Amino acid sequence: MAFQITIEDTGEQFACSETKHVLAGMQKLGKKGIPVGCRSGGCGVCKVQVLSGEYTSKKMSRDHVSAEEESEGVVLACRVFPTSDITLSVIGHLRKAVTR
Amino acid sequence: MAMTGILRPGHVQLRVLDMEESLKHYVEDMGLIETDRDDQGRVYLKCWDEQDKYSVVLEPSDRSGMDHMAFKVATEQDLWRYESNVKNFGIETKRIPAGELNGCGERVRFVAPAGHTFELFAEKEQVGNGISTTNPAPWPRGLKGMEPIRFDHCLFYGNNFEENFKFFTEALEFQLTEQIVDGELQLAAFLTCSTKAHDIAFIRSEEAGQLHHASFLLGSWEGVLKAGDIISMEDIPLETGPTRHGLTRGQTIYFFDPSGNRNEVFAEDSYVYPDSPVLTWTADNVGQAIFYHSRQLVDSFMSVTT
Ligand code: FES
Ligand SMILES: [Fe+2]
Repeated sequence: MAFQITIEDTGEQFACSETKHVLAGMQKLGKKGIPVGCRSGGCGVCKVQVLSGEYTSKKMSRDHVSAEEESEGVVLACRVFPTSDITLSVIGHLRKAVTR
Repeated sequence: MAMTGILRPGHVQLRVLDMEESLKHYVEDMGLIETDRDDQGRVYLKCWDEQDKYSVVLEPSDRSGMDHMAFKVATEQDLWRYESNVKNFGIETKRIPAGELNGCGERVRFVAPAGHTFELFAEKEQVGNGISTTNPAPWPRGLKGMEPIRFDHCLFYGNNFEENFKFFTEALEFQLTEQIVDGELQLAAFLTCSTKAHDIAFIRSEEAGQLHHASFLLGSWEGVLKAGDIISMEDIPLETGPTRHGLTRGQTIYFFDPSGNRNEVFAEDSYVYPDSPVLTWTADNVGQAIFYHSRQLVDSFMSVTT
């Protein structure tokens, strides 16, 4: 089932199914410069903060997301699978690419 | 002259977030062979044509990246000689007792100026390559995945570039094979301890101690193409390739393991002798130096590390 993901910073929306990670959905926006790195939670280029909505996630490297951040919804988009509609805010590398 | 001193990359210990997924990647898809496990949960792997018991150690961790890369030296005297070279360079060393890694002799551990941890050892249990040493077959049956022949090299991003270069070429006696330069400034150094195009390479960076990739040798260009097939079949995150590097002229493909550590498999790169000239690529031609066909740098390739 596909959920609606909203990027709060720009108001842009994209669909993402529960079997695809949020970064893959975001890639379909086709914005140049969306940093697609390892897609495995290791390199940290796809950091976002989930503001509302539910998701499941896979392990992310603690070099990029601390336990405290994770509990506040700061996650790596390539490790997050939506289980409801989600609103998120882009941070770090992603912020530059998405908001330009 | 026979090869002396530091012989080859002995192993790389990679940190992985999920061991089960990592074993699917390294064993089933890439085709390394599991040879052992230990009570710290580490899993030991080798490529088929290596005699030593392992060349990759996967360490369960909550972080990605590399714990250390180890080089095998020819004799125990070499081990102590390099230990004193490292100390004389002003770098602290630590001895790790034999058996801390299964089947490995005493190791000398230190952090090189670019921020990566390296180790040297003289002894490791040998299990052979699955082929008889008398009237040997050309290859063993039953190989999986990409069928890598050996763990070949690592490429690192790191700071203190000049100091690190001096350390590797002077204290550890590596030979510069190829480089990228911007005028007087060296941006990349490919170094060998043997006759390979590189056993290790460094890219100048602000950040210390970053792993760019761990690389494995395949037998042919067709093997690189087949690796690409497996990458797509198994939904492995592909970065770029199959293509050719200008540097080392290797035929190559890059992808990521399930913890985001970059892997390369490649074939048919160049070689050097101690009297070979250094090959130089200029910064204005860096696209071709890295990806010979497209001449285009790939964003993630330039910036993503673990
Ligand atoms: S792309 Fe590397 S952590 Fe998401
Ligand atoms: Fe490489």
